[in-house]
Amino acid sequence: MRALKSLFLREIRLARRIGGGGATGVVFFLILVSIAPFALGPDLNLLSRIGPALLWIAALLATLIGLDRLFQADAEDGSLDLMMTARTPLELVVLVKCLAHWAATGLPLVIAAPLFGLMLAVEGEALWGVTLALLAGTPAITFIGAIGAALTASLRRGGLLMAVLVLPFTVPVLIFGVAASAAARGGTVPFWTPFSILCALTLLAVAGAPFAAAAALRHGRE
Amino acid sequence: MLKYANPTLFMGLAGRLIPWTAALGLGLIGVGLYMSFLGSPADYQQGESVRIMYIHVPSAWMALFIYGVMTSAALGTLVWRHPLADAAQKAAAPLGAAFTFVCLFTGSMWGKPMWGTWWEWDARLTSMLVLFLIYLGLVALWRTIEEPTRAAKAAAVLTLVGVVNIPIIKFSVDWWNTLHQPASVFRMGGPTIHSSLLWPLAVMSLAFTFLFMTMHLMAIRNEILARRVRRLSMEAASRGEAGPRAVVRGATA
Repeated sequence: MRALKSLFLREIRLARRIGGGGATGVVFFLILVSIAPFALGPDLNLLSRIGPALLWIAALLATLIGLDRLFQADAEDGSLDLMMTARTPLELVVLVKCLAHWAATGLPLVIAAPLFGLMLAVEGEALWGVTLALLAGTPAITFIGAIGAALTASLRRGGLLMAVLVLPFTVPVLIFGVAASAAARGGTVPFWTPFSILCALTLLAVAGAPFAAAAALRHGRE
Repeated sequence: MLKYANPTLFMGLAGRLIPWTAALGLGLIGVGLYMSFLGSPADYQQGESVRIMYIHVPSAWMALFIYGVMTSAALGTLVWRHPLADAAQKAAAPLGAAFTFVCLFTGSMWGKPMWGTWWEWDARLTSMLVLFLIYLGLVALWRTIEEPTRAAKAAAVLTLVGVVNIPIIKFSVDWWNTLHQPASVFRMGGPTIHSSLLWPLAVMSLAFTFLFMTMHLMAIRNEILARRVRRLSMEAASRGEAGPRAVVRGATA
């Protein structure tokens, strides 16, 4: 337990000190959000309708940025080998690393989302809906992404490949995340129906992904 | 059966099997094409465009079937660590991508006159597209990791993760009530499709299966040979005596 706690703190510290960590992610998120009105035209009605979807796509891409270094940096300096030979199960190590990564990059995105939502004319109920959905859904993206990060840990330039491998698997999260955000604006479907499925997807990813990622790491180091 | 897991014995077996599966596949394709284009009636609603189905549906089945083959090969890689399973996995991925592409392409051709649109974001189409993307991701992964056994293990993990998509594709037409028609052949209570249309479909499916077997066996053989060449040239390079090309020439001579 103590080992896991110190690992969590180490990850947070590394994320904060190297490359700005969460802050860079939020800036990237802001850039993606502000590019959209240039591409679509500053029509507030249109933006308000597709705003939640834009926030989701931006969050998805911003979460994937930096995820490719999740195991790669440790594989390069040898600390991954230490983690693998340690008594702590590798699955738990992966779980803690993902949680720390989400706390350092995903959580800032969720906190910034209401602010950026206002820029896209998403207001009131819809704004809270999309923020809540992002809070529930971004961990799933991080954990699914961790599988891709583990598969490409030993590759020099695995970033693009990781995105190609991971993005198809994030489709369900995106579908139900956007569905929940749309339901919050009112409609025939109550907010809790897609939101519960989104929570289920996240729980499934948190429970399953560490095993897949740990297996990928073990096989990659043999 | 298990003794053919030995690559050398497998090479011999595959060499004897390939002419038969190829002949069966091509013969059945000929019969199937005749039945679907000349020997079967046009549909009373869809007219002649129903004939696209005889290509579309078998390739969709093959797309799922190949993923099943790849999944069992992935288990072979991770559980028994067998090099033949690695080769089977690697050979199946591009074939699966090709069949999935044929399925999507023919579906799109059929969709334009029937649904009035080339593409519709309905559950079946979207999940099939995701399958296509997963196949492409696997091919990219195989090409990126140079060392074959490590590439096999990475691909196996990804393949097993991607299995979740298969039941979603199969049941997407039952779970979501969208544009794509529900299952009409493999369903409780028997097929709802008339037998004059069902027979050409059955022959074409069999033909596609044999065609896949032929191409898969050939690709596995190529993969085993490529690995032998790789190992020989690495051994030669470590002895420092000959360049890889010289060894390859020596291996074939």
